[in-house]
Amino acid sequence: MQWETVIGLEVHVQLATQSKIFSGSSTAFGAEPNTQANAVDLGLPGVLPVLNEQAVAMALKFGLGINADIPEVSIFDRKNYFYPDLPKGYQTSQMYHPIVGRGEVEILLDDGSSKIIRVHHAHLEEDAGKSLHEDFHGMTGIDLNRAGTPLLEIVSEPDMRSAKEAAAYLKAIHSIVTYLGISDGNMAEGSMRCDVNVSVRPKGQEAFGTRAEIKNVNSFRFVERAIAYEVERQIELIEDGGEVIQETRLYDPDADETRGMRTKEEANDYRYFPCPDLLPVVVDKAYVDHLRETLPELPAEKRARFLNELGLSAYDAGVLSSSRETAEYFERVKDVCGDAKQAANWVQGELSGALNRDNLDIADSPVTAEALGGLVARVIDATISGKAAKQVFQALWNGEAESADAIIEAKGLKQVTDTSAIEAMVDQVIADSPAQLAQYRDAEPDKRGKMIGYFVGQVMKASRGTANPQQVNALLKAKLDALC
Amino acid sequence: MTDKLHHMTLTETAKALDAGIVSSRELTQELLGRIDRLDGQLNSFITVTADQALAAADRADQCRAKGEAGPLTGAPIALKDIFCTKGVKTTCGSKMLDSFVAPYDATVVEKLQAAGTVSLGKTNMDEFAMGSSNETSFYGAVKNPWDLNAVPGGSSGGSAAAVAAGLVPAAMGTDTGGSIRQPAAYCGITGLKPTYGRVSRYGMIAYASSLDQGGPMARSAEDCALLMNAIAGHDSRDSTSIARGVPNYSEELSAPLAGLKIGLPKEYFGEGLATDVGNAIQDAIKVFEGLGATVREVSLPHTSYAIPAYYVIAPAEASSNLSRYDGVRFGHRCENPTDLIDLYKRTRAEGFGEEVKRRILIGTHTLSEGFFDAYYKKAQQVRRLIHQDFLDAFEEVDVLMGPAAPTPAFDLGAKKDPVSMYLQDIYTIAINLAGIPGISVPAGFSNGRPVGLQILGTHFAEARLLNVAHQFQQSTDWHLRRPEFAEENA
Repeated sequence: MQWETVIGLEVHVQLATQSKIFSGSSTAFGAEPNTQANAVDLGLPGVLPVLNEQAVAMALKFGLGINADIPEVSIFDRKNYFYPDLPKGYQTSQMYHPIVGRGEVEILLDDGSSKIIRVHHAHLEEDAGKSLHEDFHGMTGIDLNRAGTPLLEIVSEPDMRSAKEAAAYLKAIHSIVTYLGISDGNMAEGSMRCDVNVSVRPKGQEAFGTRAEIKNVNSFRFVERAIAYEVERQIELIEDGGEVIQETRLYDPDADETRGMRTKEEANDYRYFPCPDLLPVVVDKAYVDHLRETLPELPAEKRARFLNELGLSAYDAGVLSSSRETAEYFERVKDVCGDAKQAANWVQGELSGALNRDNLDIADSPVTAEALGGLVARVIDATISGKAAKQVFQALWNGEAESADAIIEAKGLKQVTDTSAIEAMVDQVIADSPAQLAQYRDAEPDKRGKMIGYFVGQVMKASRGTANPQQVNALLKAKLDALC
Repeated sequence: MTDKLHHMTLTETAKALDAGIVSSRELTQELLGRIDRLDGQLNSFITVTADQALAAADRADQCRAKGEAGPLTGAPIALKDIFCTKGVKTTCGSKMLDSFVAPYDATVVEKLQAAGTVSLGKTNMDEFAMGSSNETSFYGAVKNPWDLNAVPGGSSGGSAAAVAAGLVPAAMGTDTGGSIRQPAAYCGITGLKPTYGRVSRYGMIAYASSLDQGGPMARSAEDCALLMNAIAGHDSRDSTSIARGVPNYSEELSAPLAGLKIGLPKEYFGEGLATDVGNAIQDAIKVFEGLGATVREVSLPHTSYAIPAYYVIAPAEASSNLSRYDGVRFGHRCENPTDLIDLYKRTRAEGFGEEVKRRILIGTHTLSEGFFDAYYKKAQQVRRLIHQDFLDAFEEVDVLMGPAAPTPAFDLGAKKDPVSMYLQDIYTIAINLAGIPGISVPAGFSNGRPVGLQILGTHFAEARLLNVAHQFQQSTDWHLRRPEFAEENA
């Protein structure tokens, strides 16, 4: 039987606010345990929450970024359950009236095509603290620094049909929130985590199969692998005559498998009800309009512009617009050198290779966009050859100088375009290579093209790479053919 | 003069302090002495903060010497043990918080300190403010100074008893379903529940967040006005507090009542109302007519649904508000838990009393899947209807009047059945559901036990209520009566 996979994602994004969603404590990552937890975060008797306007603004920006409906009123609810790192015994969330309504996210697939994934809604909530199980000898430590960090939970429709699509969706969300500057998107620090709902159904069947929810997957790679495992598990189970049960599962990256945590019957009844300590959030149109004006150009718009206005390939446009840093870097290189395609080639080629090799983010690149732009400009105006350019790039990477021009000057890499100088070198090389010349003469005319390479190499060597290869080629061909 | 110090109102205290008849330190020492001698019988205080009180009294005296005294500088008060006080045990009447020392002051506490008041300590209360007799307190029942066999009412029973017994001229209470007005009525004092949102709830331990409201309990409406001047106002730490100007509540006390339109809700004079109480209220109404007010009957048709709606909404909120008492971070923790579930179960089983557990169970049930619509949602719909009843009534009349409770204080231990206890709040509970203000003023006696007249106004009508109550107190002396218990040498 042919099976179809159905996937929906709940992505939790930590918003990059200065302070927590309902208290004035800092949200900075990595502080000593419990040093960023005040009376409100500890859930002491008598404390009350006060909503952080920055969190609301960030959530609304996301809504605008995915062209979502923005309801006029949203309401905070309490989700009640007991857990040691949940100080109040409830999580303040938005169950029935979320701050962001229906929207859409476009994802890019490997074949260059794109697909729309619908977002059901996105709501604001507070993060829990952390339970620390190591170092406490049979006890559990509680760190409440994270408790109260604002989260935007983005809930998709079950529109994804493969692990690849799910990963692409997660990347698209990552790219939108980092473009908007509403999250650092750092998955390793838990700034973005997701719950994956997976089910399978016979191809052609309309009704969904029973789904399993895989909790807390925290990397793009794990999302793909967890889904791959889970799909296989479900298909095998059904084909062996079993039945998928609705349950919560955990992905174990070390074992590369998912394991059941609790079934629906064992699930908590969260007893949602409107939080009486917080007023409904009323968002007026003027406020939304004001936020809309502050939105940067988002990945989808950028991609379209790179494709249509800059004439980049669909692939380049997609990759270069995928992160705000990459896009900004590329555009700066383009502006400095004046040629989008050359800029794209260099960013995608030499720069990206070096970054991968040294495991660096583009934001930490030792070669600034200005320097790379300056280098590409010298290639375009033929000041240096492509080969010399690679040498210049390496020197910039090593920090030998600030600009390409300084390196070209210092290393004497300026391309020789003076025809008489090149001609002299060409004549000398021909004179020094009688055997090769004889072979050239004896060869069939259609084989000669290949044989010219030797002479080019000798001329370039003689010029220490500074001769313009096109000119060398043309001159050699003319002179050799004249000798035949 | 000194033998009457304990009978003085806050207003009189300020005059005596200003005139140098007594210092704040002397007054504080006198009252601390009375607490020491008398409170063993009443049990109205959980914690007496004598050292802090004397230090605060000295500061007040210095302040006065420098000519910087305000109307409340040096005024002794007490705080219901539901208000968090920095460095002082804050128990909420529960074993759960028997060891809890709050690391911060409630907004109300900060404001009262800023006004120069001297807190003598923390008063007894029903556990987590759940009760109408003060019998649910982990620290034992409080006795009514008018009759030591009677309850003082609840949940602010300690505050009411302490004021009535001459241990302190005024105290702070909180009112979720009548917890200021009913004990004020039972103890023959004046108690105001302000409009929801008028007084900050920050630092006031939550029972039912959408209903809880702090307010003053004192010997006169004039004193309640003084305290309201100090505690009312917007607080950026409480999102439900309302940003709206605060009037000077003392300024409007003297306005004449000629032309005042009084409504008597017919539902407040029906079955269940004790004859003596009904008569006392009718007599009080006549006083108002004598002052030029007109009286008419009005209807609050959804009154009978108030108690059922309240006992869905309040326990629902309480079940969630009290989840934080889990033995993990503060408060009671059971010995040697075997695992997490054991820690939760035993901590909460040991830390909470019967009434609190009952309400947590009710609330947990009404919020659970499959019951939410039938209970919580329906109760909220009823709440809106009750609210509308009051708005409609205030289209016709300026204030509503009726009894604060159907009977005078009942005997300790008399109400064993929770529902009969809940019915004590039949005239007070709808007011919290509607969020409007209400005041109880002494209006007579029944077999030696005080009767309270309840006066209700529309949202933010506190100044009007205090004016109406004050004018009544200018024409009557019920509020000046003192229980025999207060006379040590009688």
